[in-house]
Amino acid sequence: MRFIPVTCEDQVEMLRTVGLSDVDELFADVPEAARLARPLALPEPMGEVELAAHLKELARSNAGADDVASFLGGGCYDHYVPAIVDAVVSKPAFFTAYTPYQPEVSQGTLQAVYEYQSMICQLTGMEVSNASMYDGATAFAEAALMAARVTRRGRVVVSGAVHPEWRSTLATYVEAGTVTVTEVAAAGGVSDIAALAASVGDDVAAIMVASPTFYGRLEDLAPLAELAHGAGALLVVGTNPILLGVMEPPATFGADIVVAEGQPLGSPMSFGGPGLGVFACRQAHIRQMPGRVAGRTTDVDGRTGFVLTFSTREQHIRREKATSNICSNHALNALAAGVYLSAVGAEGLAGIAGACVAKAQYLEQALVATGRFERVHAAPFGYEFALRYRGDVAEMQRALLDAGFLAGLDLGRFSADDAGLVLFAVTEKRTRAELDRFVEEVGAL
Amino acid sequence: MSTHDRTEPTREPLTGTLIFERGAAESRCVEAPPLDVPVVSLGGYARAAAPALAHVTEVDIARHYERLASANFGVDSGFYPLGSCTMKYNPKIDEWACRLPGFAGIHPYQAEETVQGALELMWGLQESLAEVAGLPAVTLQPAAGAHGELTGLLTIRAYHTAQGDPRKRVLVPDSAHGTNPATVAMCGYEVVQVPSDERGGVDLDALRGLLDTDVAALMLTNPNTLGLFDENILAITAAVHEVGALAYCDGANLNAILGKTRPGDMGFDALHINLHKTFATPHGGGGPGAGPVAVTGALAPFLPGPVVGMTDDGRYTLVTPARSIGRVRSFLGNFGVLVRAYTYIRALGGQGVTEVAEQAVLSANYLRVRLGDAWPVAYDRVCMHEFVLSGGTMRKEHGVRTLDVAKRLLDYGYHPPTIYFPLIVDEAMMIEPTETESKATLDRFADVLLAIAAEAAEDPDLLHGAPYTTPVRRLDEAAAVKEPDLAWRPQEGAGV
Repeated sequence: MRFIPVTCEDQVEMLRTVGLSDVDELFADVPEAARLARPLALPEPMGEVELAAHLKELARSNAGADDVASFLGGGCYDHYVPAIVDAVVSKPAFFTAYTPYQPEVSQGTLQAVYEYQSMICQLTGMEVSNASMYDGATAFAEAALMAARVTRRGRVVVSGAVHPEWRSTLATYVEAGTVTVTEVAAAGGVSDIAALAASVGDDVAAIMVASPTFYGRLEDLAPLAELAHGAGALLVVGTNPILLGVMEPPATFGADIVVAEGQPLGSPMSFGGPGLGVFACRQAHIRQMPGRVAGRTTDVDGRTGFVLTFSTREQHIRREKATSNICSNHALNALAAGVYLSAVGAEGLAGIAGACVAKAQYLEQALVATGRFERVHAAPFGYEFALRYRGDVAEMQRALLDAGFLAGLDLGRFSADDAGLVLFAVTEKRTRAELDRFVEEVGAL
Repeated sequence: MSTHDRTEPTREPLTGTLIFERGAAESRCVEAPPLDVPVVSLGGYARAAAPALAHVTEVDIARHYERLASANFGVDSGFYPLGSCTMKYNPKIDEWACRLPGFAGIHPYQAEETVQGALELMWGLQESLAEVAGLPAVTLQPAAGAHGELTGLLTIRAYHTAQGDPRKRVLVPDSAHGTNPATVAMCGYEVVQVPSDERGGVDLDALRGLLDTDVAALMLTNPNTLGLFDENILAITAAVHEVGALAYCDGANLNAILGKTRPGDMGFDALHINLHKTFATPHGGGGPGAGPVAVTGALAPFLPGPVVGMTDDGRYTLVTPARSIGRVRSFLGNFGVLVRAYTYIRALGGQGVTEVAEQAVLSANYLRVRLGDAWPVAYDRVCMHEFVLSGGTMRKEHGVRTLDVAKRLLDYGYHPPTIYFPLIVDEAMMIEPTETESKATLDRFADVLLAIAAEAAEDPDLLHGAPYTTPVRRLDEAAAVKEPDLAWRPQEGAGV
């Protein structure tokens, strides 16, 4: 297949206009020694019919959400995506557009971004949301850098109850710069407040936690905010946007920056990407915020319109003094989130989150009742929880895969301390019948 | 004859009315499934007040976003010659492919034996990108071009550190994208600007003067942002290597050289590839893209993990390179974008990929020559996939700025070129037609730009007031900063 509409005849005429006789003459500036003297060694081209069959074959060899009942979470969740979401994000005028640098012909994208920002502010309780980051992990890392700029301090204290991949991403981001990270081990699946307190000083830019934690548990945010603010630091909270349908938002307890993995809001799991980096903060800190932001204004005729604003923070203006190097973000996933939240509304979101929480409770109790699993954490949880398996986790997961289940996440793969723990996520898609059958299979192990 | 007015009656504007202002209090679209287990409350953690979200039915949503889409301009809407952004056509089979349930419905933590097809696809893409780059090792993790830059530069930094030779500075040409210096700063290096010479390339003498053993790398876009291939590229990379520094290639302009020359063969050590430019994945109104990074064997051990490898018995597996810089994000990469790029490459094959570059460069040169009489080209020589015009003369003679020309183009139904970039060209207008436009489209566009040049001479105010036909006209950006309105709040809305 090729996607070039220029005819051979046109090509000859274009070459003549340019004053050349051969296409190769266009590449005369490329030094001989750097030229590729052979054809590119790529697989042979395919026609659309053949290509579609090849892709279907590759896709079919994976066990997808339609084939197995999944209890995998850990930052990527099998939530239902309403049909209207894909109908909107599939509109070419949205997905084939570039960044809205020409606002007069980008009002669709810009208004959708403004609406998305509004919804994120509603969900998190924060005053300002940016237009999106790549994912939860990079939003978390950027939050640390922003906190350092806001406070002019160089150290962040991070709870070990935060997703290990978020912590690892943060470590990579700060490795070269002036910010240092102190990690404080989790206790009971949540932050160890006493240990955090012991490591906080007047050099600390932020205390960084997540609620729910990586282990699915809910943090008591008020004392964490008190601890951070008492030291002149910010409180950064990672969260789950679905759970915010039923959980008091972090802003209530004094969070200064809220980040989240926004994939549950209308984006498919897609093997973990593209997700959506949710990033919200206080209005007072907006000039230190990374990423784009849309604002509402008027045009020369007084009509309401939208623009990208506060751009003087950004790389295309500020270059090495920018608040971040981010340019492309995850606008289409933010659009999906806006459509999703409009489709379910506050009531639907509460219903979905409530169903997830109730089903997770149901499964947790039933799994413990089988005697194969035991509790290790006591704090309340949302729709994800970890249990210790009394046996070989890998063997258990293999057996249950044969029965049609993705039996949770083996936490031993992230840390030896968590060996034997299995993290289960239960979304609204799981039916009671599936849960009962799963418990039955576990009981039969 | 009726006395009714034949002119168009007043319509509701396409945009401006927010989703929160549509529908009615009792409107619903998707409801939660009925609960089949006992209700559980979060107790003290329970939310006290519901968030104010829209109350709408599905038809409200469908119409709302259809209106917004109508106020947008994408590649499918028309010609989009936005320089340095490679706004080529996005094939629809790519969109179909990434939505296949076996791709869209898989979880990144599934056991490897349940995702062999996905890993095979990623492996195949790594191999193809390595071949195009002329560099043997590839990570697919970075989510965007700037994220690729960060990954590449951190990899270089880790390499130098491992050599016991951490360095302080990174050289960046004055024509570079803003992301380059921003990335350098994030990586803890000092930015040193390299001037361009009179032909638009790197000033080789100036470069040599700046190179010493404190320089970690040169970050170079080649072809550069003027659309010019640096003829001295081999001398440049050799000079960089001579002081023990590495050469980083910003692959934003890779579309121009596919199959003709490869960054690895030019002496580059690392390269990021914007899949959302060169490999036809859509820009999504700002993203998501993907910015895979290709590196030499010497840098490969430092790449972020995991990457896809193959076992002796032919299975695909995730491996973390031995001295990895760590993660740069969650999970494995923007897989949905990777599927699209893989699909595109498999559709084209090696010959097809090379034809992309040939046509992209021919089309740019054709437009350059067609426009050159009325519009001074900043560096008038054979260009690569794009070229930069200068509106400096027009501004001096008619008081018409490049911004005005861009806005006037909107009235003619075109997306304007990139304007005011690169910074080293006065009133710059950077045009990149891409290979997916017909000669007829290019001819019409050239005619329009020539017509606008005539308008500028005859009636400058016509351009100062443009656009006239778009859903909104010029917007008050100063007010947007002075009185920030960054989110709707319920008290403003009616009916919520």
